[in-house]
Amino acid sequence: MSNQRKFTVSHAPFWHNGSKISERSYHTIFAALPAVLFGVFQYGAPALAVVALSMGSAIFWELAFTRLARRPDTIGDGNAALIGLIFAMLLPAATPWWVVITGTFFAVIIGKQIYGGIGGNPFNPAVLAMAILMISWKRYFDFDTALVAYDFNFDMRYPLAALKFFGVSSVWSFNAADLLMGKQIGGIGSTFGLGLILGGIYLMIRGFIRWEIVISFIVGVLLTSLIFQQAAPDTYAGPAIHLFSGYTLIAAFFLVPEDSSSPVNFVPMIIYGLAGGLMTVLIRNQGAYVDGVIFAVLIINLINPLLDKIRPKALGRVG
Amino acid sequence: MIKKPFFGLKKQGFEYEALKGDKVELQKISTPESLTFLIERKNGDGLDIFPKQGESVKAGEKIVLGGEGAYAVSSAAGLISKVSPFPGDFGQRYAAVTVKTGDEQAEDETFASLSGDLNMRNVIDYFAYLPGKPDVKALADSERPISTIVVLGTDADLLMTTNQYVVQHETDALNTGVSFLKQVSGVAHVVIALPQYLMKKAGAIGGASGVEIRVVDTAYPSASPYFIAKNVLGRETPAGQSFEDIGVFFIKAEAVAAIGKAVISGRPPVKKIVGLVKKDNSRVMVETLIGTPLEDIFQACGVTVNDRDRIIIGGPLTGSAVFDLRQPVLPDTDSIMIQDAGDISPVSDYPCINCGECVRICPTKTPVNMLVRFCEAGQYEDAADLYDLYSCIECGLCSFVCVSRMPVFQYIRLAKYELEKIKEAELSAEESDE
Repeated sequence: MSNQRKFTVSHAPFWHNGSKISERSYHTIFAALPAVLFGVFQYGAPALAVVALSMGSAIFWELAFTRLARRPDTIGDGNAALIGLIFAMLLPAATPWWVVITGTFFAVIIGKQIYGGIGGNPFNPAVLAMAILMISWKRYFDFDTALVAYDFNFDMRYPLAALKFFGVSSVWSFNAADLLMGKQIGGIGSTFGLGLILGGIYLMIRGFIRWEIVISFIVGVLLTSLIFQQAAPDTYAGPAIHLFSGYTLIAAFFLVPEDSSSPVNFVPMIIYGLAGGLMTVLIRNQGAYVDGVIFAVLIINLINPLLDKIRPKALGRVG
Repeated sequence: MIKKPFFGLKKQGFEYEALKGDKVELQKISTPESLTFLIERKNGDGLDIFPKQGESVKAGEKIVLGGEGAYAVSSAAGLISKVSPFPGDFGQRYAAVTVKTGDEQAEDETFASLSGDLNMRNVIDYFAYLPGKPDVKALADSERPISTIVVLGTDADLLMTTNQYVVQHETDALNTGVSFLKQVSGVAHVVIALPQYLMKKAGAIGGASGVEIRVVDTAYPSASPYFIAKNVLGRETPAGQSFEDIGVFFIKAEAVAAIGKAVISGRPPVKKIVGLVKKDNSRVMVETLIGTPLEDIFQACGVTVNDRDRIIIGGPLTGSAVFDLRQPVLPDTDSIMIQDAGDISPVSDYPCINCGECVRICPTKTPVNMLVRFCEAGQYEDAADLYDLYSCIECGLCSFVCVSRMPVFQYIRLAKYELEKIKEAELSAEESDE
């Protein structure tokens, strides 16, 4: 009789620590909420509309592609929603609807799905989409013009643009505390430094992002900007402006440590982060673009596979 | 179920189980109605056995498979009622020999008649099916001479305690076994590897016979022979080579004690000490005849199993699941574990997301994230050449932490198995060319 029972037969190991992809996605979304909610309160309904449309359309593109390609539905893992949210955090609140939808198309389809879906993307999908859009429709990403309809009780100049076009003396009026508390214009979810830092610390201590990458990226930004400032204090801004304005903090906690496009070994993670910080400030100070983060992230994504070849010697490896 | 810690920065890992209490009671399982013995079949081996089907065997009598002479030892007297093919993991093939036990208690005297003048040949002929399953042929291999014998007083996987039990309770037999092994193999250097808490027993073990007692760390997988070779003996095994290649022979304490008992009493032991881990992770140690079907043990221990439960031979990280309650206890079955259907976490067909958890937990520093991509794509040779496939010691930790819940460990084992098959095919092609 007992022989008729059917048992579960599978391979070892028979324990699992319970972690899963959806847990990672939803906790990252949760960690991003303080910064996003701040943006929504600051910019009102248009910001909420951009966030909702971005997340919704990202999920839609993912579903549409997996259906078309006859792959299993993957929207349940929350990764598409996460990409949509991160993408929206980079956008100005006044972004037209069709830019948002085109952007999530680039992020989800071009940035991720054509490489085989989650885990296959060589670039951070949201950053890749942002780069394509910034090159294609430059004017929608000039924060000073995009947010001209708003008037808050703080300095309404985009700090990095002011720095680039009017020199270092024009940004002396910005102080770090104000920038940290979100008294600056910028992307919906990328101005509230304190919220980003809190979310980032949560992700780091839970182990959802790697502290090595985050810290080395921040150190890279600080060091490079300090060197520039020491070399020519009249031309280049100091570390505080670089750290607390533009996309630096959202990049440190949400863009640079993205799983698929970042290294996993210790030394590569440090080099990866430092290189990201270096490139960010280099592009800001020397390049044609106001904010260097987007292209800096793409560049370090590109060198990631090479970096990960630096690894410890495995047990018993000869030669 | 073991969960990921809330603070993800904390390094995950396991400690080996220690056998608590000075005196552990064994639950004795009575002789079942039928016993089954598995004899490994090499290529070309049929199902011809001696004694033949329908004939009777005595307790302790060898059942020999035709061909290369692989054998099992019947653990009770009875009648050979059935011989059938039996498939194992990764293409292994066995002959399953079922013996119906009766009231008769006849014991085989062949080994007893030898005693007093034992040599390596006798060891090969009589000790291969002892509890603990010593690899006696490797000990006698003249092409790869052994310079160190390591007696494992540790257990290979979590929740397993058989060898620790033997070290605690069967000191005399262990000592006799060690002396005998030294004498018959001519190997002077014998090391006994123990967890720290058993060191108080160390004085009683091998005190006079001059063996070395060494402590093994309790963090999994320190008791893996690879790490004992590296950390205790200071001899790293080059990837892809065996321990015999570096002159080290590993043998479980249970096997050594069984050899000791065989030498003392003239009868090779036929009883196995098995840890039974129930659904609530409580454990009983049972003593049972080799060949006892699992269902008899479950019945005796009051374990009920339901549909979709998982029955595991071995430990939770490296064992193998079985589909039939008639599966017998084998000479190397140290642990049986029952998992409730509700505790089983499913695997998925998701790809690797490159989170790096496996790389960080891997004790051998294998680049698992890259390795698994090559294994998944079936590019086994590249996996071995570029990404250290043969550094893997098969501890199972990578799959335990995998966020994508990929069968990482299984991919690695499959890759090794497929490469082995390719090598064999190449070898036989070369031979036919010549």
